[in-house]
Order: sequence, then C-alpha cells, then structure tokens
Amino acid sequence: MSVKIYVPRDSAALAVGADEVAEAIVQQAASRGQSIELVRNGSRGLLWLEPMVEVTVGGERVAYGPVTPESVASLFDAGFLAGKPHALALGPTEALPYLKNQERLTFARVGITDPLSLEDYQAHEGFAGLRAALALTPADIVQQVLDSGLRGRGGAGFPAGIKWKTVMQASADQKYIVVNADEGDSGTFADRMVMEGDPYMLIEGMAIAGLAVGATHGYVYIRSEYPDAVSVMEEAVRRATAAGFLGKNVLGSGKAFDITIRKAAGAYVCGEETALLESLEGKRGIVRAKPPLPALVGLFGKPTVINNVLTLAAVPFILCRGPKAYADYGMGRSRGTLPFQLAGNLRHGGLVEKAFGVTARQLIEDFGGGTESGRPVRAVQIGGPLGAYLPDALLDTPMDYEALAAKGGVLGHGGIVVFDDTVDMAEQARYAMEFCAIESCGKCTPCRIGSTRGMEVIERMKATPAEAVPQGKLLRDLCSTMLNGSLCAMGGMTPYPVLSALDHFPEDFNLAAETHKAA
Amino acid sequence: MNSMTTREAQAVEDALTRFRDEQGALLPLLHAVQDTLGYIPKEATPTIASAFNLSRAEVHGVITYYHHFRQTEPAQHKLALCQAEACQARGCRSLTEKAEALLGCNLGEHTADNRWELEPVYCLGLCASGPAMELDGKLYARITPERLESLIRKKELS
Ligand SMILES: Cc1cc2nc3c(=O)[nH]c(=O)nc-3n(C[C@H](O)[C@H](O)[C@H](O)COP(=O)(O)O)c2cc1C
Ligand code: SF4
Ligand code: FES
Repeated sequence: MSVKIYVPRDSAALAVGADEVAEAIVQQAASRGQSIELVRNGSRGLLWLEPMVEVTVGGERVAYGPVTPESVASLFDAGFLAGKPHALALGPTEALPYLKNQERLTFARVGITDPLSLEDYQAHEGFAGLRAALALTPADIVQQVLDSGLRGRGGAGFPAGIKWKTVMQASADQKYIVVNADEGDSGTFADRMVMEGDPYMLIEGMAIAGLAVGATHGYVYIRSEYPDAVSVMEEAVRRATAAGFLGKNVLGSGKAFDITIRKAAGAYVCGEETALLESLEGKRGIVRAKPPLPALVGLFGKPTVINNVLTLAAVPFILCRGPKAYADYGMGRSRGTLPFQLAGNLRHGGLVEKAFGVTARQLIEDFGGGTESGRPVRAVQIGGPLGAYLPDALLDTPMDYEALAAKGGVLGHGGIVVFDDTVDMAEQARYAMEFCAIESCGKCTPCRIGSTRGMEVIERMKATPAEAVPQGKLLRDLCSTMLNGSLCAMGGMTPYPVLSALDHFPEDFNLAAETHKAA
Repeated sequence: MNSMTTREAQAVEDALTRFRDEQGALLPLLHAVQDTLGYIPKEATPTIASAFNLSRAEVHGVITYYHHFRQTEPAQHKLALCQAEACQARGCRSLTEKAEALLGCNLGEHTADNRWELEPVYCLGLCASGPAMELDGKLYARITPERLESLIRKKELS
C-alpha cells in the first residue's frame, strides 16, 4: 500500500525549498521502489519548521521538519515512511503544543487538506454552511452573522452583519461582493494562507454573502505580490464553477453567483476600501470621500459588501455550526477567534488562531518562544505599519479591539512584529513616515507633505541632539495635523507608530524621558 | 510618436481582445501586456485609451500610479528585497547593503550594463521567515548574506 506524504505548497514553504524537497522525495521513493502518494497541502502555520513534511502512519500524521532536499535520503534510511525516529522528527502533528493550544475555527482545515480538492473540502464540512444558507431567507442569514458578533478583520473591526444588512436593504439591479485581499500590512499573511491553503472556504463565504444581500457577482482583489494565491484562487473558482458550487445555478438553487479574480498592482493604499473600488473600476487607487458608503454606492456605483478575506472566511463556520458556536469564543465585544500572525524576530513565527483575549505576551512567549536572536524583546508592533509600537510593559494587554485601543494600540489585521533590543525606534518612526510618503494617494496635504516633513524632522532629531526638544515638539504638532486632517487612516494613523515610538522610547530620539513629558 | 514593434503591437492587441469588453478591466489588461513583454510600451497608451474610451492622460495616470507597472524594459535579472518592518526585525537592512555591494547598484536602481536591478518591495507575506526576497519571479525566505551571494553568483553564470 502506498504511503501518503504531505509537502506544503504554501508560499512560505515554497520560499524555503518545498518544491525541491517534494522532488527529492519522489526521486528517493522511485529509486527505492517505495510507492507513495504525494499531497501538496497548505501550511500548518509552524513556519520555522517549513518545509514541514508529514507522513500518515496508522491513520495518524507524523511530522518532520525543517526538511531540506539533502536530508531526504537520510529520512528514507531512518524509515520515516513508518514514522521512525530521525533528528528532524517532531512526532504526531496534532500533538505539537503549538497546534494543540490553538482554537482553530477558520484555520481548521488549513494544512490538513489538499487545498484544491473539492472532495477533501467536503469531507471536512466544506459547503455545509452554503447548504445551510440556501435553506434560509436572506434576512435570517444576516441575522446569524449579526448574532455571531463577527467584526471585520481588515482593521476597522466594523460589525459584518450591520454592513450586510445595509446592502441587503438597498434596492438595485446589481449588487456586488468584494473581497479585500490586498493584505499590505507587514507582519500579516493569514489572508494569503487562507487563499493558498483553503480557497473554497473563501469562495463559500462569498457565495453566502451573495445569497444574504442579493449579489450575483463577486470580485477578489489580490495583491500582485501574491502570485501563488492568485493562481490557486483562479483554479479554485474554475473547479467550483465546473462542479456547480458557483455559476448560474448554485447547487441547483436557481440562484446565481460568479467570482472574478483581480490582481492588484502594488499600491498599499488600494487596501483602503474605496481606493480598492476605484482600482477595480480601472482607475488610479485614490481614496473616495465617505459618504456615500460603499454599502450603498460601491463598485460601479452599486451597493457593495466589501470585506476582508478573514471576515468572509469565518462565515461558513458560523452558518454551519450556528452563530453561538462562534460567539462562545472571545471577550467583550470581540467575539470569536482571530488568526494571529507572529512575525519578525521570533524563534517560532507562524499562524496562531486564538480566541480574542489572549495577551501579546502569551503569543510571543508561549507560542513564539521569544526572540530568535535570544536578546530581550524591546518593542512590538501590532496591527501593521499603521499600528503602534508597544513596549514590554504593555504586552499583558488582552488582544481585544477595545482593550488594545485603551492602551493606544490597534489590533488591525492581527499581525504581531517583534523587535529585540538592537532596534533603533527613531529609525522605525522615520520609516513609518517614509512608508506613508511612498504610499500616500496624494489626496490630502497632511498625508502627502506631512509625511516627508516628518522624516526630515526625525532625521534632524537624530543628527542634532541639541535640536531634539524643539524638533520633538514640531513632530507632535505634525502628527496631530495628520491625525486630524487626513481623509483615511493612511495619513490618519501613521502617527500611531511615530508617537508610540516617541512616547515609549524617547531616548532613541535624543530626548530624556522628562524633557519629552514636558514637551 | 514612435510606433510599437510588431511584438509589442501583438501583445497589446491580444490583451485588448481578452479584456476590452470586461467592465473596469484596465488593470488586468495592463498586467497581461506587462506579463508578456516585461513592460508596457509608452506608445501603447493611445491604443489602450481609445479601446477603453478613456483619455491618454487617464491611461498614463493609471500606469504611472501603480508601483508594479513599468514603461521601460526590465534588466536581465530582477532582485526585489523586502524592506518592511517584519523583515527589518530580521536583518533586511544589512542584507540590502550586502546586495548593493554585490551588484554595484543602489536599491531602486539598475546596474550600468542593465544586467541587474535591485528593487524594494514592501512585504511578500513571508514575515515569519524573513529576510524575504523575490529573484526573477521566485520567492526566497530566511536569506543569509552567504545565501544571497550564492544565488546571485548562480544567476551570473546562467
Ligand atoms: C491605508 C489602508 C490600507 C488598508 N489595507 C487593507 C488591507 O490590505 N486589507 C483589508 O482587508 N483591509 C484594509 N484596510 C481596511 C479597509 O479600508 C476596510 O476597512 C476593510 O476592507 C473592510 O473589511 P472588513 O470590515 O471585513 O474588515 C485598509 C485601510 C487603509 C486606510
Ligand atoms: S490620508 Fe493619505 S492616503 Fe488617505 S486619502 Fe489622504 S492622501 Fe490619500
Ligand atoms: S515584512 Fe518582509 S515579507 Fe512581510
């Protein structure tokens, strides 16, 4: 009987040689006359162990990693096809604490199934949510999403059900579902892992949203830096359409839903929902003034649901298991789970899905294993390039939208980037301004010009200590102009990383702690 | 105005055939042209504009707004190094200096012989395993200076 071997096809595995490992495994098996069945799964999210190869032994999956092409022969010699010991052996996958201690609702299938296999998907509850939704009225679907407490995972945390209700109640000849897969935040990769590792889940979530609001067409806007996600999604849409899950007659219901995959072109600001819509219409990605809300006047002027990948990916679970099963997780007004992304200087970076309420320290220490460099953690940026830098003293804050906001932080898309004590926080602040200058859409002056001024001011503080106090005051004024005078969060939140660096690490700006308080 | 070469004109024509009737499909069209040629010829602007019922200025505005689109031929090899925060935390700044020294050109520039171009990129979604980079369309993570050097040498020989 042939042995089932799993070698991930996730970009994070491919970028460290997964294809070469798969090739070596096939060659070794052939030369040894071993019959194997190779499956290219998604990633389990233990990214420091990629390429992590799994073998099915007695119905259980056993892991080895990180595997290199050079180590493959020795794995065969050691008998890894029978789950035998080897220096790279990790034991049964499900027993790995990193996985066992998670609460995987959205990522339940990722890494387990063959991402493009419709059989695999359905064998793991796939399309059960869509089937349940087809038996409900649109209002009932929306009510379930409302009851689940699901909030948008793209950054702002707006309740998904309220957005859907607005679109449902709008009357129009055409409505749209748009997926925001622009995932531009450094330190985030959960959208990518969903698209590469469980694309039908996103497709199912979109189809359910379409039924709920009366939309028959959906777009997925994927950043151009994710070519693998684009090709997996395109193939998944093709297969789902051929099998009748999409198309003119979804599962024989008489309802239509089609999906178009669109590739972005490398502009961070196109992750902002109205800039994204402009881009989908074939224009420059310039932010629109709101109102009107996209829910009423969205893509091509029609009512549009625009949601992040993770928001829509959470929907099939809610429809399949019921809103309460989802809402039972979490704390306060942050219900359910969030796929956290542990990145930067960590020993064990990866994808950790936990209920809201876990602390940053638990994620960084218990899961992340501390810094890879072995040096102390100095600063942690949560929520992407527009998120605040938190010092060690704030790491016990629970990961919950409101609790973090109370500490001046933002949860954003759940990316956690760890820096050790070699980091220069003035340089990080300068970079935040530089990034804003590069990516500004140019519509508002505080964002377009202020960001460049901000870089210069920080450079002056670093170069001329005697100037640091007055320049520091200037920097704060500049930040408050950007905070108050910007149309969107690009200019409006760039001050978060800058001011948090200034507040928590004044010494890096040549400011004494006291002087800065007085300033 | 110069006219397009046969190859360029063909690429634009093929892309127009695919996308001219699709609503809002200017970006997919531009991607298709660039995927074929490696760049979007300046001379294609009027053709694209009239096919999409847009002004030349609008089409030019779109091409130049997006970082991904380019109007000049790419160098023989393209190295894009991630410059974003998670890779900063894992040493991309010194890796960038190393790449600049190895290639003899600065970030955002190309070498005099146009064999290499070195571009910044802001996150490749490999943030747990940085520094990350893209070399001639293939992704690489956990890049050490030694690994970078050997990958560049390999390309030099090819
Ligand atoms: C500059 C900027 C960039 C953004 N980038 C993204 C992004 O890459 N992905 C995303 O889902 N939301 C992004 N957002 C948030 C979107 O504007 C919007 O809130 C989100 O798509 C709504 O979906 P949700 O309710 O499901 O979160 C960005 C916002 C701003 C201001
Ligand atoms: S804040 Fe910046 S990115 Fe946002 S609309 Fe204004 S100029 Fe554009
Ligand atoms: S920050 Fe470099 S890959 Fe994300």
